[in-house]
Amino acid sequence: MALSEQQVRHVARLARLALSDEEVAAFRTQLAEILDYAEQVGEVATQDVPPMTHPARPANVLRDDEPVDGLAPDEALAPAPAAEDGRFRVPRIVGDESAAGPAPADDGAWTSTGEERP
Amino acid sequence: MTALHQLSAHELLARQDAAEVTAREIVDDHLARIAATDSDVGAFLRVTADQARAHADDIDRRRAAGEPVGALAGVPLALKDILATRGVPTTCASRMLEGYEPPYDATVVELLREADAVVVGKTNLDEFAMGSSCENSAFWPTRNPWDLSRVPGGSSGGSAAAVAAQHAPLGIGTDTGGSIRQPATLTGTVGVKPTYGRVSRFGLIAFASSLDQVGPFARSVPDAALLLSAIARPDPRDSTSIRKPLDDPQAQLDVGAAGLRVGVVREFMEGEGLDPQVREACQQAVDRLTDLGAEVVDVSLPHAPYGLPAYYLINPSEASSNLARYDGVRYGLRVDGPTTEAMMAATRDAGFGAEVKRRIMIGTFALSAGYFDAYYAQAQRVRTLIARDFEAAFAGCDVLVGPTAPTTAFPLGDKTDDPLAMYLNDVYAVPASLAGTPALSLPVGTDAGGLPIGLQLMGPLLGEATLLRAARALEVDLGLDLTPRGAQAVGATG
Repeated sequence: MALSEQQVRHVARLARLALSDEEVAAFRTQLAEILDYAEQVGEVATQDVPPMTHPARPANVLRDDEPVDGLAPDEALAPAPAAEDGRFRVPRIVGDESAAGPAPADDGAWTSTGEERP
Repeated sequence: MTALHQLSAHELLARQDAAEVTAREIVDDHLARIAATDSDVGAFLRVTADQARAHADDIDRRRAAGEPVGALAGVPLALKDILATRGVPTTCASRMLEGYEPPYDATVVELLREADAVVVGKTNLDEFAMGSSCENSAFWPTRNPWDLSRVPGGSSGGSAAAVAAQHAPLGIGTDTGGSIRQPATLTGTVGVKPTYGRVSRFGLIAFASSLDQVGPFARSVPDAALLLSAIARPDPRDSTSIRKPLDDPQAQLDVGAAGLRVGVVREFMEGEGLDPQVREACQQAVDRLTDLGAEVVDVSLPHAPYGLPAYYLINPSEASSNLARYDGVRYGLRVDGPTTEAMMAATRDAGFGAEVKRRIMIGTFALSAGYFDAYYAQAQRVRTLIARDFEAAFAGCDVLVGPTAPTTAFPLGDKTDDPLAMYLNDVYAVPASLAGTPALSLPVGTDAGGLPIGLQLMGPLLGEATLLRAARALEVDLGLDLTPRGAQAVGATG
């Protein structure tokens, strides 16, 4: 299947990948080739065939509800790029959205579940 | 005189039991071998020499004091750098995790320590285990010890090359869609993908969770069985872990092939793109099985040709979900940005290599609204049919056989510009991954250029013991010398 540049950019946005123009151009061709190949699965008649999500037997795995030691907070935070007061530190999440490029409300391609797919 | 690094794990254990050699001598010899030859091979991302020597000394001290030692005491082991090791960098060969030191050990790592296997280093891989040549490592490509201008396969190419180059008799790899079996074939080693769930995935950095499985590399079937026995344990920290214990593979190992029903998979032997020399070597191995008393029959896995297309929807879909965790917040790389979202997108663009981004993109697309049913859900239904094919085949057979990979080792750079050509390396490995069944690759010959060829043996769910028994019978009968040799081989001048 052919993919538009807009489609590739939309998927990259969903995947939180800030791709360069060169990457977008390369992926347009490569993803189309790979998807063309993968589309062979559509040749198989699968009416009434349930999907297989997992080779493991679908059963609940239960254990006794007993407390065990977990990671201490400082151990869990040690590999973090930035931490403060026992928490992971990140840049601003809400606020001046103009700095983050197109704001979600202005971007029809934003939602992964809506109908706005390009 | 035979050097210690040429010996099997079984021989190294026996010599220590006989007090002919110490664990420290064994480890020092292997570290010297690594120092002498790994600059050519590039199997190790990190050699853990100090820890290895300290562990060996501790084993020797315990032996001398009459204290217990583990089942793999003093045996050097190469560990794929995708298993979490507490306080030791665990990178997945990615810039994303460069310098990351996990605060915990994988269950497999705990079990290896309990068994007193001595980890001599962490091995290279295709970034996040995505690839079939070890060229997708963010650090450097690993080279094939049989011909340093060729790839060792992947993604577990570092562990396979380390075992083939006699850097360690044992290696740990992971196999999502051939990542143990294909490099085993290309490096002339034995590589086993156990039944899905046989070995704990706790601390295995996740790639495609319904497919990922840890398994052994060795230079012989008994050594591979020994290592599998040490790591195959139920684990409460992995809810997909199989609770039924492994049937002791050692007990049945030398029973022979007589009486086994062996199915030759038609779709594999007649597969498009199969090198005639590979087909010929596999056919000759099948003929040997007949001579050894096995009943060989023709078998069809009619949906197997749809395995690779289904895999390239399921695998990237699961990968795109699993790799969402690399967001610059909790561990690994962060590239600053004005907002959290901009930081995440910049981090992921800088931290991931081309193949990882490609898989994330395919997976995100296949899971997105409007495409989910035609791609991901359809691939899962095809997966059901493939699993049913295996079930039907195993109703009449103990073991299925076919080639592991379509070709022998190819030159570095040969397929790096053509992702689909690279994916086709795993066309015969992927069906067993989708079905969750155990499979292994056994060296059965070489091509005209002297490069190793592997036969794939596949067993029913939980059927590792029979699989290893069949492989052992063939291994003994063939009696191959699996030392890399030839003008391009590692150490050819020394």
